[in-house]
Amino acid sequence: MMRESLGQILVTSILSGNFVLAMFLGMCPFLGVTHSVAVAFPLGLATTFVIVIASLSAYALNLVLGLMHLEFLRLICYIVVIAAAVQLVEMFVKRQSPALFRALGIYLPLITTNCAVLGVALFQTAREYDFAQSLTFALGGGIGFTIALVLLASVRERIELSDVPGVLKGTAMSLMLAGILSLSFMGFAGLGG
Amino acid sequence: MNSFPGTGYEGKNWTEFMEGIWERNPVFVMVLGMCPTLAVTVSAINSISMGLATTFVMAASCWLVSLLRHQIPKEVRIATYIVIIATFVTVVDYAIQAISLDMYEALGAYIQLIVANCLVLGRAEAHAARNAPLPAALNGLGMGLGFTLGLVMIGGVREILGAGTLLGFSLFGANFQPWVVMVLPPGGFFVMGGWLLVFALVRARRERAAVAAQET
Repeated sequence: MMRESLGQILVTSILSGNFVLAMFLGMCPFLGVTHSVAVAFPLGLATTFVIVIASLSAYALNLVLGLMHLEFLRLICYIVVIAAAVQLVEMFVKRQSPALFRALGIYLPLITTNCAVLGVALFQTAREYDFAQSLTFALGGGIGFTIALVLLASVRERIELSDVPGVLKGTAMSLMLAGILSLSFMGFAGLGG
Repeated sequence: MNSFPGTGYEGKNWTEFMEGIWERNPVFVMVLGMCPTLAVTVSAINSISMGLATTFVMAASCWLVSLLRHQIPKEVRIATYIVIIATFVTVVDYAIQAISLDMYEALGAYIQLIVANCLVLGRAEAHAARNAPLPAALNGLGMGLGFTLGLVMIGGVREILGAGTLLGFSLFGANFQPWVVMVLPPGGFFVMGGWLLVFALVRARRERAAVAAQET
């Protein structure tokens, strides 16, 4: 497998290989909590944090499981570690900012079943990234996820004020917007290799 | 309303089964499990395999969750459900690898990502944990097949527009200029949005007709 440089991985995972717009990871919060930037941004940060934790633990777990030849348990172990990490974040947010905790609602525990988090762990395993590469990939993915969330939220905030045909309101509109965003992110293809 | 009198299918189990296929279709009505819906639907055959894999996981894990519903302590239920789901996903993952290596490579990490499909966990929590094993499994099966139907509807359109083929058969002849963007990521959003738009239009028209019928 070709070794990618850290810069390449960072740029790719933020822009041309954006988790949401190019790899379709983490669609539920992407469509669910992007009503306003004020909610989308903190959720993006929380998810980034969980993604990084998950990536680090997945790397360590993979080493241990590899030593013990228990690769078939990989998926189960990953998801348990992620669930624990999400619990941690949930307690932290609840303590630091109860208002934000209420605003995020069900979507905070749902980070557990956010494909982006598990996706990072699985993709870094599949691509055989080493430690530094995994960390960069996770960080870039998280940043890219936050960017996508904030972008869609700001567009949707503007759409709220304009006159949209009734049938287009809701999810159909968000998907069309996401498609256009995705199309524009494709313009970054080739950047970073 | 789903009793189908005279067909021998009256009763609760049939309703449980049919609920997911049309009335509460996971893809178009509940809009759950979007990641695989958009990521693997570049062709109809990919959609079918992904849908069937999810169906198996749904039916099996709903059944097991329902079987264990009195044993699982309430505090750790979500974690338990996830472990159950992850177990069946591992089974499917290895099974697909054994059946067709090409398909395994085409679907890639998205098979294992079935674990993180909110649809599966959602059904386990909302339905299987409160019902007997048979209806729970049937409901999971119906939801899974409804999910497959949704995937195929998206995958089929994307394959026809983006490659000019359906299930690998050429439809338009050699002169067809494929609309490549449809098999690229944005196409997934557009086709899915388009289907939702069609359904919203149909619903709006039906409501107008109902209002008009009331007025006359």
